[in-house]
Amino acid sequence: MKRLLPWAVFVLAALYFLLPLIGMFEFSLRMKRGQYSFEAYRVVLADPRFQQTFLYSVILALLTIVLGALIVVPTAYWVRLRLPKLRPVVEFVTLLPLVIPPIVMVFGYIRMFNTSSLLPLTGSWWGTNVLVLFGYATLALPYMYRAVDTGLRSIDAATLTEAAQILGAGWARILAVVILPNVLVAVLSGAFLTFAIVIGEYVFAALLNLDTFGPYMVWMGGNRAYEPSALAVIAFAITWACMGMIQLVSRFLRH
Amino acid sequence: MGFLELRHVEKSFAEAQVVTDFNLSVARGEFVSFLGPSGCGKTTVLRMVAGFEAPSAGAIVIDGQDVTALRPNRRNIGMVFQAYALFPNLTVAQNVGFGLRVAGQGRAAIAARVAEMLALIGLPDLARRYPYQLSGGQQQRVALARALAARPRVLLLDEPLSALDARIRVSLREEIRRIQKELGITTIFVTHDQEEALSISDRVVVMQQGRAVQTGTPFEIYNRPASRFVAQFVGTLNLIDAAVRDAAGGVVELGGAPVALGRPLPAGAVGLALRPEAVALGRSPEREVVLAGRVAEMHFLGAVIRLRVDVAGQIIALDTFNRPDAPPPEIGASVEISLSARDLLVLED
Repeated sequence: MKRLLPWAVFVLAALYFLLPLIGMFEFSLRMKRGQYSFEAYRVVLADPRFQQTFLYSVILALLTIVLGALIVVPTAYWVRLRLPKLRPVVEFVTLLPLVIPPIVMVFGYIRMFNTSSLLPLTGSWWGTNVLVLFGYATLALPYMYRAVDTGLRSIDAATLTEAAQILGAGWARILAVVILPNVLVAVLSGAFLTFAIVIGEYVFAALLNLDTFGPYMVWMGGNRAYEPSALAVIAFAITWACMGMIQLVSRFLRH
Repeated sequence: MGFLELRHVEKSFAEAQVVTDFNLSVARGEFVSFLGPSGCGKTTVLRMVAGFEAPSAGAIVIDGQDVTALRPNRRNIGMVFQAYALFPNLTVAQNVGFGLRVAGQGRAAIAARVAEMLALIGLPDLARRYPYQLSGGQQQRVALARALAARPRVLLLDEPLSALDARIRVSLREEIRRIQKELGITTIFVTHDQEEALSISDRVVVMQQGRAVQTGTPFEIYNRPASRFVAQFVGTLNLIDAAVRDAAGGVVELGGAPVALGRPLPAGAVGLALRPEAVALGRSPEREVVLAGRVAEMHFLGAVIRLRVDVAGQIIALDTFNRPDAPPPEIGASVEISLSARDLLVLED
């Protein structure tokens, strides 16, 4: 009986998790009457707007990863090395995006950077993209910071830094040649999580009027029957592919 | 003037004074060890020489250049760390060549120097391996090669043998000394292991509570300790509290017998120190003081047997060579031991 209970809980949880997915997948195959087919997927993948918005979101996600890594790696490294007392404060700050809803953040951004402000970023296409990029980097901060901090914990960053310093290296070289390669797995873990978040993000994109993959999915959901399910399955597959990549990269890059 | 000079160096962290008025002059090519218990400040002094810690007062001079305010990457110093600190993402060759690459040397020059260094440490075939593919001893050899590759002015060794097992520790310390002599590089070696310090150093600095309490050759440190602390810390020692019979004549009472030390003593009692190897089991022509006692303990150490003999309530340890034809006395057996008054050290504090 004692052994059965955990299994029963596991099966119930699996059903709770998998049944809606199976239902959605099954529904996405029913576009052609009386038979299962991948017609909905064909339609979605052939849609130029899908290609355009998806590509746009992929580019934004990649840029967010670069920006996030540039902000987080030196910060986490410096906090660990020189400002360990500040760690709880920095951790708290990095957790804020989890407790402040994105809609609050985006309204704050619009208020701060609207066309009549000192820095009117929303007034141009480039400015808006820069704004959304920083917004996405903020959204990904809890995941990126934790991943990198965990990576730094697994290496003796202080001694490696001193070893590089005594050999003549400056801070830039230490970060680029010694620290970053040794926390690369952690950075990539954070990067894949960032990718998964940005690719389906809706609130920032919709309120800043950007035609990314998130708003496209919502538009599709309001106007089509089978294609939204196909899109959801695709988005879900991308997320899981990212998770799988984290595992793969962790396995192959381990020194 | 020495090649490396530490002048009135002090270091304090907040309220705690870690190093106090530390002075040392190291000659070019000299091998000096800092010896002391944990927390005595030896690593802090080393880190100040490296530039990782800034002295609160005093100056550090290398080859006539005051480097006190210089950053670590501008001092041209090599350092080997206790935890190896090899860069895990780089191969052995890349690790060894790191400093040369930083210095902007060409590929051919780096490759040649790396090969030379790997030959020097006896690992010429491991250039393409990563640190995780090496044993602890091999990693520390590579760390040594990396520290030496850029031809530093001074080599600092921060307890480099502590993480290794006993046999490798002995072979590697001999190798470190061989390489140091071959290159003639000025070296500071930090250790808490007195055997290590005594076996490979030109001079030893014994440290206690942030101060250098004695500096001298291993022979001087071992045979003429300046204080009770040094005597106790370096080697095994019999500490004997003896009553002074004649202060002016320098006569003390030992095991009920008078022993003349040949120097004036303070009245009352005096602390004496005696190395176990200076005491012989039985009578010996060159040892004039003979004491009777009973064997309290016997420790078989292989080549040496250590006996602890109870002499009128005072335990005296002595070392005797193991001879297969002469088994050691049984515990409780009555024995005579002999010693010479000239081997008794009078402890000042």
